[in-house]
Amino acid sequence: MTKKQTPFGGAVLAPYSLWALLFILVPLVFVAYYAFTDNAFAFTFDNVARFFTAKSVVDGVEQRTYLVIFWRSLKLAVISTVICLLLGYPLAYIMARASEKRQKLMMTLIMIPMWMNFLIRTYAWMTILQDTGILNSFLTTLGLGRVHIIGTEGAVVIGMVYDYLPYMVLPIYSIMAKMDVKLLEAARDLGCNSVSVLRRVIWPLSLPGVLSGITMVLIPSVSTFYISQKLGNGKFFLIGDAIEGQYVANNLHFAAAMAFILMVILLAAMAGMKKFTNHRVYGGDTL
Amino acid sequence: MKKIIELKNISKAYDGETVLDHIDLDIYDNEFLTLLGPSGCGKTTTLRIIGGFEHPDEGDVTFLGERINDVPPHKRNVNTVFQKYALFPHLNVFENVAFPLRERKVPKAEIEQKVQEMLELVQLSHLAKRRVTGLSGGQQQRVAIARALIGRPKVLLLDEPLGALDLKLRKDMQQELKKIQKATGITFIFVTHDQEEALTMSDTIVVMSEGKIQQIGTPVDIYNEPQNAFVADFIGESNILDGVMLEDLKVRFSGHTFRCVDKGFQPKEPVDVVVRPEDVDIVSEEKGMLRGVVTSVTFMGVHYEVIVDIGGFKWMIQTTDFVDVDEHIGLSIDPDAIHIMKKSEYSGLYGDYSSFSNELDELSEPGEDESEDAE
Repeated sequence: MTKKQTPFGGAVLAPYSLWALLFILVPLVFVAYYAFTDNAFAFTFDNVARFFTAKSVVDGVEQRTYLVIFWRSLKLAVISTVICLLLGYPLAYIMARASEKRQKLMMTLIMIPMWMNFLIRTYAWMTILQDTGILNSFLTTLGLGRVHIIGTEGAVVIGMVYDYLPYMVLPIYSIMAKMDVKLLEAARDLGCNSVSVLRRVIWPLSLPGVLSGITMVLIPSVSTFYISQKLGNGKFFLIGDAIEGQYVANNLHFAAAMAFILMVILLAAMAGMKKFTNHRVYGGDTL
Repeated sequence: MKKIIELKNISKAYDGETVLDHIDLDIYDNEFLTLLGPSGCGKTTTLRIIGGFEHPDEGDVTFLGERINDVPPHKRNVNTVFQKYALFPHLNVFENVAFPLRERKVPKAEIEQKVQEMLELVQLSHLAKRRVTGLSGGQQQRVAIARALIGRPKVLLLDEPLGALDLKLRKDMQQELKKIQKATGITFIFVTHDQEEALTMSDTIVVMSEGKIQQIGTPVDIYNEPQNAFVADFIGESNILDGVMLEDLKVRFSGHTFRCVDKGFQPKEPVDVVVRPEDVDIVSEEKGMLRGVVTSVTFMGVHYEVIVDIGGFKWMIQTTDFVDVDEHIGLSIDPDAIHIMKKSEYSGLYGDYSSFSNELDELSEPGEDESEDAE
């Protein structure tokens, strides 16, 4: 890939560079600074160490407090991301192959929930999922039993999937819409049935979109705290909740340490995935 | 010769607009057949129907005698070289060529060997591990051909494959394609709007216009014996005049009665007369069968292209003799240089060179055929 030189490249970029410096880079430096200092701003590894070593007793079992929370966050986030991918990939494919008019309609339908405030959407799910909520009224009217969802991991996952699905669909859709139809015809011409076309051409070519979709869903869902508080009835303490709790308790250094560790882990995961797709998409050897 | 593909009475319309109008075409084993016509004539649609990407609204496609209208592309023993090659950007050269073999679960060692052979045929062995996106147009072209040939199809379809190459490369590829076709013995169906390309490469040319086949024949037939004014105009340069067949071997046009070699017309039948620019001799005014004034002279390298006004009709003449603008000259035409055609719907539409410069502009626009009739 060749990089194109834009005239006035530097000048055009200046507003963003300034913005990025002030609101991205400087805060990151502060996070790192707080993470590795104590209350007197002396250098220390204690905060980071505390994340890995802090123990507490839950139901008579001793466990590493924050690692357990972290794994739980990661588990729910991964489950949500996988569900988003399973729902979003076919949806993106159907959208990309639909007529232009239908593409616009579907795009609007996907975007509409995003126009509503995130908190309101989550509250709406509370009303739906409550034990006496809309879902259960509906089920009892049908003569089926009630289900208990609110306050379970399932409810948290539903909330995350609902909130983050568009972030999965859109990047995949934009890659698929650009895909040259002739490539799919060529694959069929060379002996592929529909399943093979999907497996050998569409899927590998859509991997960059899948990767950005995964990034855009996994990162916010791993660090969410609001959804888990509202839909998990506060029973599922996630890493986002832990960070928020420490900030609220004015324990800035430990909160920063947790945020920093989370960031490093996510960046490493993303770098690994990026390398994998680069290899799959442009590296040459497949199968 | 054995018939491989038969198109019987094929029609196709998009949104009520007829693209193919009752086409009949037989394609034989081991032949290099070219579908030639201007954009929108239906040639690409014909190719896509043979490939299985379009379904005819009417009529049958048969392959070795079997009806294949409803056979999907991946089950047809036909492969395509696409206009812009359609190489898989996520695979390297080797894997692009190996693609159809992997689909058939051919053993690894055999794939390795066959791909190497095929890459040798198209002279790309040294680039096997390269990414296809980094290749030049000519190299991508070769990969596309290798990929389409490796499955040993009975028929190879080529959709304007040379359109994106520059002139020199195009000439080389023409030779090479012809060589590959001879070496493999595979039937090639080649789509182009470039009449020169069609004339140099083909065994059979199918001239199409407005969804209909205008003429099927060898390059020599098509050039020397065009069936109507459209074919005469589209293939090469021609002066097409209104004439009257007085009797066998005698035709009158431009106010002069000429001897000719055509017969079998009704007495006094109105006809179209074709005279190729290279078949006209320039003589002194008094010796000429026709007389006129030179209006323009263009140096073309091998010859001059001279436009002569004869009674308001502009003739094109190709000559190696130099004449000057505004010079009065005479023209002499041999009987066998005159070709007589029956009147058709295309009569009167072509053949006069009064708007010659415009025509040149149109001809020199490359790539105008891209949004072909397929969409």
